[in-house]
Amino acid sequence: MGGETLTVGDFSTSEITLANLLQSPQGRDILTCIQCGLCAGTCPYGEVMAYPPRRIIAMLRAGMLESVLKSESLLACVACYSCMAKCPRNIQLTEVLLPLVKEQIFLNLTELPAELHKALDNTIRYGNPMAESPRKRSAWTRTLDFPIRVLSEDPRPVDVLWFVECQNSYHPRGQDVSRATARLFHVLGIDFAILGNEEKCAGECARLLGETGLFETLLDYNIAVFGKYHFNRIVTSGAHAYDAFKHQYAEAGFRHPVAHTTSYFAECLEQLKPNLKRALPYAVTYHDSCCLGRHNGFYEQPRELLKLIPGLKLLEMPHNRINATCCGGGGGGMWLDTYYKAKGYERLSERRVKEAVATGADVLAVSCPYEISRFEDALKVMGYEKKMMVRDVTELLSEAMEG
Amino acid sequence: MAAEFWVVVEHWKDQVSPISYEALSLGRDVADQFGASLHAILLGHNAREFASTLGRADCVIYADHPLLSEVVAETYAEALVQLLKDRKPRGIIFPLTNVSLGAATLLGARLRLPVVNFCTDIQVVEGKLLARCTLYGGKIESRVAAEGEPAIFGLWPAARPAEKGLSERLPPVEEVTVSLPEPAIHLKKYIEPDAGGVDITKQEVLVAVGRGIQSQDNLHLAEKLAKQFGGAVCASRPVIDQGWLPLSRQVGKSGATVKPKLYLALGISGAPEHTEGMKAAALIVAVNTDSGAPIFNVAHYGIVGDVLEVLPALSKAIESRKGVGSHA
Amino acid sequence: MNILVVLRMVPDVVEELEIAPDGKSLNLEFARMVLSESDDHALEQALLIKEREGGTVTALSLEAPEVDDALFAALAKGADRALKITGPIEGVTTREAAHIIADVISSEPGLKGLDMILTGTQAINDLDGLMAPLLAQELGLPFLGIVTGLNSNPATRVAVATKEYPRGVRGEFEVTLPASFGIQAAEKPPRYVPVAKVRSVMKSKKIDCVPFAEAVEPGLSQLQVLEMSKPQASGHAEILQGTAEQTANALCAILAERGVL
Repeated sequence: MGGETLTVGDFSTSEITLANLLQSPQGRDILTCIQCGLCAGTCPYGEVMAYPPRRIIAMLRAGMLESVLKSESLLACVACYSCMAKCPRNIQLTEVLLPLVKEQIFLNLTELPAELHKALDNTIRYGNPMAESPRKRSAWTRTLDFPIRVLSEDPRPVDVLWFVECQNSYHPRGQDVSRATARLFHVLGIDFAILGNEEKCAGECARLLGETGLFETLLDYNIAVFGKYHFNRIVTSGAHAYDAFKHQYAEAGFRHPVAHTTSYFAECLEQLKPNLKRALPYAVTYHDSCCLGRHNGFYEQPRELLKLIPGLKLLEMPHNRINATCCGGGGGGMWLDTYYKAKGYERLSERRVKEAVATGADVLAVSCPYEISRFEDALKVMGYEKKMMVRDVTELLSEAMEG
Repeated sequence: MAAEFWVVVEHWKDQVSPISYEALSLGRDVADQFGASLHAILLGHNAREFASTLGRADCVIYADHPLLSEVVAETYAEALVQLLKDRKPRGIIFPLTNVSLGAATLLGARLRLPVVNFCTDIQVVEGKLLARCTLYGGKIESRVAAEGEPAIFGLWPAARPAEKGLSERLPPVEEVTVSLPEPAIHLKKYIEPDAGGVDITKQEVLVAVGRGIQSQDNLHLAEKLAKQFGGAVCASRPVIDQGWLPLSRQVGKSGATVKPKLYLALGISGAPEHTEGMKAAALIVAVNTDSGAPIFNVAHYGIVGDVLEVLPALSKAIESRKGVGSHA
Repeated sequence: MNILVVLRMVPDVVEELEIAPDGKSLNLEFARMVLSESDDHALEQALLIKEREGGTVTALSLEAPEVDDALFAALAKGADRALKITGPIEGVTTREAAHIIADVISSEPGLKGLDMILTGTQAINDLDGLMAPLLAQELGLPFLGIVTGLNSNPATRVAVATKEYPRGVRGEFEVTLPASFGIQAAEKPPRYVPVAKVRSVMKSKKIDCVPFAEAVEPGLSQLQVLEMSKPQASGHAEILQGTAEQTANALCAILAERGVL
């Protein structure tokens, strides 16, 4: 369990439906559940979740899944992989079972919370949840003092296709991260290019929410766009995008190597080090993102990058690595804050920043695009914005470079 | 026969709507430009007393009928059809408001006359009537010529200051009879919004929130600022639709028209449906992340930024001022 | 209740609108089309009435870019039939569109016996008139606009419609059916339809095409657009520069000077 890379297994999830789940040998793995309750116990919203995985499986086995499918309760699942990481039977909970159940729930929902509804409508229409024009997706690149190659304008083969991601393209703080990332690529002399305005959401959060139709539409689109160009690997700053490409897109036939920026840069430690001349006298605590951490096992790489920075002191939160607690943005949670608030749930981002601040650190370092805005908002709400700032790992690396 | 130019007067709930005076102000300018007489068209039941306020026009044509006591678009259109049997004004201005919407279109369709919607101005150029219109949520302006007379103009509210349409003069009133068929539509009753609470039309300072406030949880920032000003919070339609504030706080086409001393538009894009409700405020300050937002066209001062950053900064700035000066 | 919902596509203002080289129309090359917002509400209201009182809902549209998406979404949400009018009708004005639609309603056998025609109360490009009253006039129906609530009694053929007035006041009307309604907002926000449902409907159902062969009557709108332009950006407001803190302080100084602080 601890530190293992969990994989989807050697079956295609698209062939499995809730109806035929128990007919497939892999689906029958779910029946090996021993009802231990570790999943419910470790779920960040366990106390409000009417149907944690344990109960879902019990009801599945008892042929009583109907009431689960009519419940709204699974909107509280933020797809953090905690249950799947702790399951002693290695049942593919977050990866397989929950999306299948949520898919049916989603089809039954009579009313979607307004913010979520909007985010999905926007993603369908504009390829991003923020209702920003697709024609402005790469506008941020104009704020750099060096040009970035856009494949539609210059389709020659390239080493790295950098998939920027929605938040990092449009959100002001995300654009800060993109600028820092671009700078790192540039300084390391990497041959890279972006899709520019052709880029659309990778769709992973839609899938984890149960909107599989939207996910499939985006998957088809993105694979077609990737197919137009020649590149050796995809590197993305989006943790959820990374997950989608590494697992679902791979199953659909997209076999290029994929890396997240932190693991990619972690392989360039030797080249990076001489560039990090400026000392950053920060006490930093690193928040493990669910996708990169629990799901894919990248616990040490971001820490190694941070340790490269002179003057930086690394502190750990009590819940770290496999035990890190989610910021609450996955599985649709990014657009359900008002809904959760109305139900009286504590915001997971607020819960997490309390722990971060308690370490005494100045900086909360993150590596998933959702985390910046969620944690900055939580710090403001809790009155901690003077005590602690949020920085992506790439931002810190960039800051440590002079010039 | 001397040329005529008409303005259809709107009255509702025993009051002449301000847009009627705005239209009279514009109508006066247009009529003067081609030496026509301006007629205020007053349709109603026992509404003759309103005529005395319409002195900006040269005269008032008044039609009284029980079926005209409330505005039902097709009945108003039919009354106008009858008035137009013997008269041919060059143009007719209709108010574009919730009360009157539809009557202009119906009249134009019935008599095959040109209808120009969304007008903010009408000019006479080389003897022709040219309208300036605002379309696409305020993002496009158009100059439109009508080919046919009378041309019907649907006028956005707040295109002219209502004060310019007022007059002390008592205009002559010509009363005409119309015969109207029983319509297939009847107003049974009005439903008032919940009583009690704040009347935003009476506030001197309004802190208005739009989509930029992002969530109900951030409303407290606006409430705090409103309190510091001794004013109240109001909102654009999207915020009301979400149920974050009651209907009585809505500003705009389906809400209230307000004329405070200070209107702070926070995170409001400024589509005409909203600005028509607040354009006449004495001082308008807008905050929006989009430097091209139409709200900046009606605002006197603007800040291009995130409401969620500016709001608390503003509260703080006011607090420190109160500590220094005597503005308590 | 036999309900017809008229759906129209309008330029999507999320995209930057550009003026065409002729200086008097929109450059539609890069413009995207989206379902007019209040038409979406009209569809939702129709579906709510159908769910409450039974009946059929037919969605009708003129051929336009991206209209198939809107019509399939309508079917996926629960509309019984989707009709698309095709022919030399690109770029028609609202008045011209109403004339074409009224013609089709009168002649199309499948559209006999309609109880209600619902459409959005106003679209952002309704320069020469509004759809709901235009259809009412063409078809000899009563009309009510700015409707936010609609119930009907199939037995008495009378609908009770709520119209929105200023200051939060609402008016309750009785309307003898059949009638044409301009919907401002449905009683509930337009429902979400999962993409999977829309894709499944695209495979299992089809949009019926109704060809409109005649050329549009010229000069129906009797308007000539002489010029189109974008308003001067920020021509009005004096923009305060700086950080949130700096602009807040500057603003306070201005407000104090003006006597409002």
